[in-house]
Amino acid sequence: MSGSYFQRDRTWHPPALTPSYKTSILRSPSQALLSLPTSLSEETGPVFGHDMLGPLDNDLIRNFAKDGAEAIGQRIVVYGRVLDENARPVRGVLVEFWQANAGGRYRHRKEGYVAALDPNFGGCGRAITDGEGRYEFRTIKPGAYPWPNGVNDWRPAHIHFSVFGHAFAQRLVTQMYFEGDPMICQCPIVRTIPDRAAIEQLVAALDRNATIPMDSLAYKFDIVLRGRRSTLFENRMEGN
Amino acid sequence: MVQRLDHLKESPSQTAGPYVHIGTNPNWVEITGVWKADLGLVLVGPDTRGERVIVEGTLTDGAGALVRDALIEIWQADAEGLHNSPAETRGKADAAFAGWGRQPVSDADGSFRFETIRPGRVPWPDGRLQAPHVTVWIVARGINLGLHTRLYFGDEAAANAQDPLLARIPEPARRATLIAPRTERDGVPVFRFDIRLQGERETVFLDM
Ligand SMILES: [Fe+3]
Repeated sequence: MSGSYFQRDRTWHPPALTPSYKTSILRSPSQALLSLPTSLSEETGPVFGHDMLGPLDNDLIRNFAKDGAEAIGQRIVVYGRVLDENARPVRGVLVEFWQANAGGRYRHRKEGYVAALDPNFGGCGRAITDGEGRYEFRTIKPGAYPWPNGVNDWRPAHIHFSVFGHAFAQRLVTQMYFEGDPMICQCPIVRTIPDRAAIEQLVAALDRNATIPMDSLAYKFDIVLRGRRSTLFENRMEGN
Repeated sequence: MVQRLDHLKESPSQTAGPYVHIGTNPNWVEITGVWKADLGLVLVGPDTRGERVIVEGTLTDGAGALVRDALIEIWQADAEGLHNSPAETRGKADAAFAGWGRQPVSDADGSFRFETIRPGRVPWPDGRLQAPHVTVWIVARGINLGLHTRLYFGDEAAANAQDPLLARIPEPARRATLIAPRTERDGVPVFRFDIRLQGERETVFLDM
């Protein structure tokens, strides 16, 4: 296994320039990207040990709460696997997530939405995938929120994800949406993704079998990172 | 019809948004007590081998305005050209150098800064040596898919002239966007890497 990574399918990802998401207009490169196969500089990446994690890192209900308190909102468990494009689990990788509170308000000094802050909710968490590529965390379902773009644009409920792989070439930031949410398809940020099937890949499924009775609903969200060539006939010079 | 391939599709990217630092640098945005320290702030310790250098710069948009809400990550080899990664195939890297750094762009002046070391040389897939370089990755509000570029060192003219990636950029002015000029401050080399997202002197971004 020493091949290069599959090239990104840039018709599946959002293009850089998406005028209905206005901030992209001045922040999108206009020159063509320089396409090249990966070298070791991209085929390697940082690792983070499980010993880095504290017991509440994947519990957003309690990791910012004052003694004994818990965050307000509908309690949910989010779980899933990190896989690569060859459908193999990606083990031991750091997954970071952040979100607004149940009212749709972020804990951030630039946040302007009028919804109330929850004194017991910080909004960040992290996990490292296990031997099967699994991660899970507990949180409250974030609220939808309005944002300055069009005069009446709202973000659907979502959780932001930052994912490391085994290679820097796999580095990915994305967002998770919730099954059944009518706000998803009206969102200019969701609609930066041109393909409907690609959008559906970001919609977590409600999993009634994984709920915690009398406690939490559960959503399953799998994440796919770039895969790597593994052919015996990889075109490489001796010594590499 | 034909048989289906077994490949999955990569999860599509979405912007990191304006509040990316809640997830990546919570202490920096005053969400304290959740974890001790934000990751990636310090690359170099007393035991790290190699020449200390500073990499700093700004990020500007297509109107020339400073982008003040971005997150920048770097990834690089150690002084011998080895990566501190299980995917490194050629040997054991310096244990005192993680090779990965992460910094929020400063609200105040739109600048970023990494204290790191000059990396060694890493082979290209055909075995030729690349010039020393640092992988740079940028996410922010308005960036739909993280932008990948590279910093090369302005005082490595001979190595840069032989570099297989730089050789793929025929226009000297475009190639120059990846080469950080060297200055010095208190005896430490400082490499200035101003990233322009769009427009005149737009930085070369990579699809690798
Ligand atoms: Fe958001």
